[in-house]
Amino acid sequence: MATTLTNEEIQRYSRHLILPEVGVDGQIKLKDAKVLLVGTGGLGAPLALYLAAAGVGTIGLVDFDVVDASNLQRQVIHGTKDIGRPKIDSAAESMLDINPNLKIVKHEVPLTSENAKEIVEQYDMVADGTDNFPTRYLVNDVCVLTGKPNIYGSIFRFEGQASVFATDDGPCYRCLYPEPPPPGLVPSCAEGGVLGILPGVIGLIQATEVVKMILGIGQTLQGRLMLYDALNMKFRELKLRRNPDCPSGKCSVVKDLIDYKQFCGIPEAPPAPVASTGDLEVTEVKSMIDSGEDFILVDVREAHEYQIASIPKATLIPLGQLPMRLSELSKDSNIVCHCKSGMRSAKAVDLLKQNGYTRVRNMKGGILAWSDKVDSSVPKY
Amino acid sequence: MAKILIPTPLRQFTGGADTVEASGATVGELLTALTTNHPDIKKNLFNDEGKLRSFVNIYVNDEDIRYLSKEATEVAAGDTVSIIPSIAGGR
Repeated sequence: MATTLTNEEIQRYSRHLILPEVGVDGQIKLKDAKVLLVGTGGLGAPLALYLAAAGVGTIGLVDFDVVDASNLQRQVIHGTKDIGRPKIDSAAESMLDINPNLKIVKHEVPLTSENAKEIVEQYDMVADGTDNFPTRYLVNDVCVLTGKPNIYGSIFRFEGQASVFATDDGPCYRCLYPEPPPPGLVPSCAEGGVLGILPGVIGLIQATEVVKMILGIGQTLQGRLMLYDALNMKFRELKLRRNPDCPSGKCSVVKDLIDYKQFCGIPEAPPAPVASTGDLEVTEVKSMIDSGEDFILVDVREAHEYQIASIPKATLIPLGQLPMRLSELSKDSNIVCHCKSGMRSAKAVDLLKQNGYTRVRNMKGGILAWSDKVDSSVPKY
Repeated sequence: MAKILIPTPLRQFTGGADTVEASGATVGELLTALTTNHPDIKKNLFNDEGKLRSFVNIYVNDEDIRYLSKEATEVAAGDTVSIIPSIAGGR
């Protein structure tokens, strides 16, 4: 049966209907459209809210995370009352509050090579709002294999990228970057930080492209990479080309789905065997301090993190400065390194061992574990 | 002299600078000048064999050097060279 608009919908979408580029036909296209949003976080939040408001009829959500207080600085689809709830429930509630006409399909699972095709096949296109390389490559590859456009956005600190990948004759994410970076060479998400407003800008560029593609109007970002620099308030665009080995609408690179190991700038395994030996629990470090044991507690986080929360007695030497500041640490001293979660300090321990320090240990779990197990007055961030 | 735009993740290796001026006739020469002045950036741009890493793209103005003459791509005074690494954030 042909889709029609109810009187309530005609009133609701009035400002669309009087745009000749949308009109009743366009609004019906939106109502008939099925869009999958992977992630309901920073990028997913504005995408979901605006696509719901615009009247995209069926919106699938993939997320299995729960709302955390640290999400609220940017994930505007969730509220303070939602802390601890599954994001997918909180997101659906906000969307239905805006537009009860929607059909929301919840996929409360991690996207994997096993389930990706089955999920993506139910939709017309996918908007990628994930936060890690393995899922981004998986989303791209499944879009290529199923022939669904991938509306891409990505953010880091003050910068964002957006494009439209995997259309019939356009480039895909692998034409831009053939392979994900190896673990350890990109800063971790949590270390990186992000300006809360940034995903709003990038997510709404993605939402704009989704709506244009459904309506078949305008010029999409296919073949262009949009770069946004919030600090200097600059938009730039770069040309993207389809891999010349994939000339005839057939991708020659993506053959099957791959589950890359989950990483986010974190080494998959300790870089050297020495790293894991002699780790200390936070409670052991606390006893060392209390008993007046002679040791140096080195905090290898950044100065601005030290300002947020610190452990008494710790000496701040950011990991990046450690190689230049070795002279501040005597070779035979008893050293314990710590950071936020224990990852950077494990690197610091390795670096010190490679430089001839023998009595170096890592405090497991970092200042987060310290807050959990030793002193809850130390804030977690 | 050409301008090299340094992306956020790599600014820690250029003392925080978002733009570095360098001289050279080709992209390769410019990048050599960059890594000579900022040695720590090298491992983020090149692999052990000295080849550009597959998750870092270099553009001269708005063109990808993979579709020009790669590192032999000529750079004129006033051109802008951009280093565009892949970023994955989204939450």
